[in-house]
Amino acid sequence: MSGIFANKRNQLFSLKKLRNEKIDGGITEEDNSLVVCPSCKHEYTKDFIKKRLRVCPDCGFHMTVSARERIKQLADKGTFKEHNVSMSTEDPLKFPGYKNKIKDIQNTNGNKDAVITGVCNIGGHKTVISVMDSTFMMGSMGTVVGEKFTQAVEYAMSNKLPFVSVACSGGARMQEGMHSLMQMAKTSAVIEKFSKSGGFYMSILTHPTMGGVSASFATIGDIVIAEPRALIGFAGPRVIKQTINETLPKGFQRAEFQEEHGFVDMIVERKDLKKTVCRLLEYHERNED
Amino acid sequence: MEISVDNSLTAYERVKLARDPGRPKTIDFINEMFDGFMELKGDRLGREDKAIIGGIAKFHGIPVTIIGHRKGKTLEENIECNFGMPEPEGYRKAMRLMKQAEKFGRPIITFIDTPGAYPGIEAEENGQSIAIAKSIAEMSSLKVPVIAVITGEANSGGALAIAVANSIVMYENAVYSILSPEGFASILWKDAAKSDKACELMKMTASDLKKDGIIDEIIPEPEGGIQENPQEAFIMLDVILRKELRKYMKMSEDNIYKSRYKKFRKMA
Repeated sequence: MSGIFANKRNQLFSLKKLRNEKIDGGITEEDNSLVVCPSCKHEYTKDFIKKRLRVCPDCGFHMTVSARERIKQLADKGTFKEHNVSMSTEDPLKFPGYKNKIKDIQNTNGNKDAVITGVCNIGGHKTVISVMDSTFMMGSMGTVVGEKFTQAVEYAMSNKLPFVSVACSGGARMQEGMHSLMQMAKTSAVIEKFSKSGGFYMSILTHPTMGGVSASFATIGDIVIAEPRALIGFAGPRVIKQTINETLPKGFQRAEFQEEHGFVDMIVERKDLKKTVCRLLEYHERNED
Repeated sequence: MEISVDNSLTAYERVKLARDPGRPKTIDFINEMFDGFMELKGDRLGREDKAIIGGIAKFHGIPVTIIGHRKGKTLEENIECNFGMPEPEGYRKAMRLMKQAEKFGRPIITFIDTPGAYPGIEAEENGQSIAIAKSIAEMSSLKVPVIAVITGEANSGGALAIAVANSIVMYENAVYSILSPEGFASILWKDAAKSDKACELMKMTASDLKKDGIIDEIIPEPEGGIQENPQEAFIMLDVILRKELRKYMKMSEDNIYKSRYKKFRKMA
């Protein structure tokens, strides 16, 4: 029994340390090129905006964060170990032009597909993490995203670790056809299995989380968190507009709309995200030896 | 049965056959192949969605739960059932009936025929995404046998939501795809009119999907589609359903779950 309290003391200590630690977005090299806020159109230097976690200081808009940068924002420094680094698509449909397109994106993006998975510490809590990258083909889910996600959940299951997912995706990857659709079944099924085994799954929805991703693993977390104003929904606004031939209400499908309709536990600003994740991890710690 | 699959039709021609209003609908399969169907309605959360039909009937003396997309044959019928495009309430009703089937040990047979889940304001307000996600997740863990029959067009998550089955059988001219060919063309080429080109690239026909291990059985159709000779189509499905049910009803609950889980786990 005394071990529990000693453990708690240590965690409290690391949480306090975290509170004093500045989240700096993991900047290493200087970059003074300009970034325009997509919402208010104000200009900033890249370094300036990166230090502010890519949140516009004027209008509060949460800009896109690459998966690598997101991991630096969430994981304790130097703790992230990536899994399945080189998994790359086998182009199941032999879709014209797809393989070359993927190669080009891999070369500029540096990653092999639209998700990065691995294990890290978050405020001292060992956690399996899956972060989608909307800079890679709109973060679309094909076979690689589905497989890496599934293996990450399996790793969490067999090591009795919590699982945190950061979703950021336009939906299923068209170029892999039905193989992409099947990833919805695969990822949802592994989450269901993980859940029944007592595993804790926190899903963070960021801009945008749509289609095949929102209609599978992303919306069924034990806890669902959204970033302010993130677009979250099944059908894209353009498709809905075309179908019903009406203008859409203001704020439609935004995080605040999802919260109001009961699909999101809380909206958390990026500056508070790590703290919130830590606290929830602490509340869901398993005490078993 | 020595009937072979006709390979001369293009995917686009099959899409047209699959969408033919004269093609048998879920209700026809229910009425012609099962005895004493009793429809069960409602999601128990305040709504009833007519785009999904569900209930209990007997199949060769065994009670089974049937769930399917409902499409109409006339414009009036189609307006009533929203052209077979469910809202979240439809998926919640489906989930309720599946859990009920599991409780009473009834096998589940689903009929898939939908342009997709409905893209509307209310559907989004009521949680289209999570309704589909939960239906997929819960279906994956059922401890009773589930057989899905793809009878017409099966598009997107709206089809998959009730197709996470132990065995997936598909009529020869039915199509199953990630999105409607029109939607696919408009996403990739910003031009919905290129849907015929999309059909050929999407690998959405029964024989393509069988090759890729996404479906398990193909039911051949007479020339001109099952609409030309529905009775024959019902008999052929009857044979397959009996065979599949016999196989899974011998399994333990745990193995029924595990074999379905493994099937989808392998999808790469």
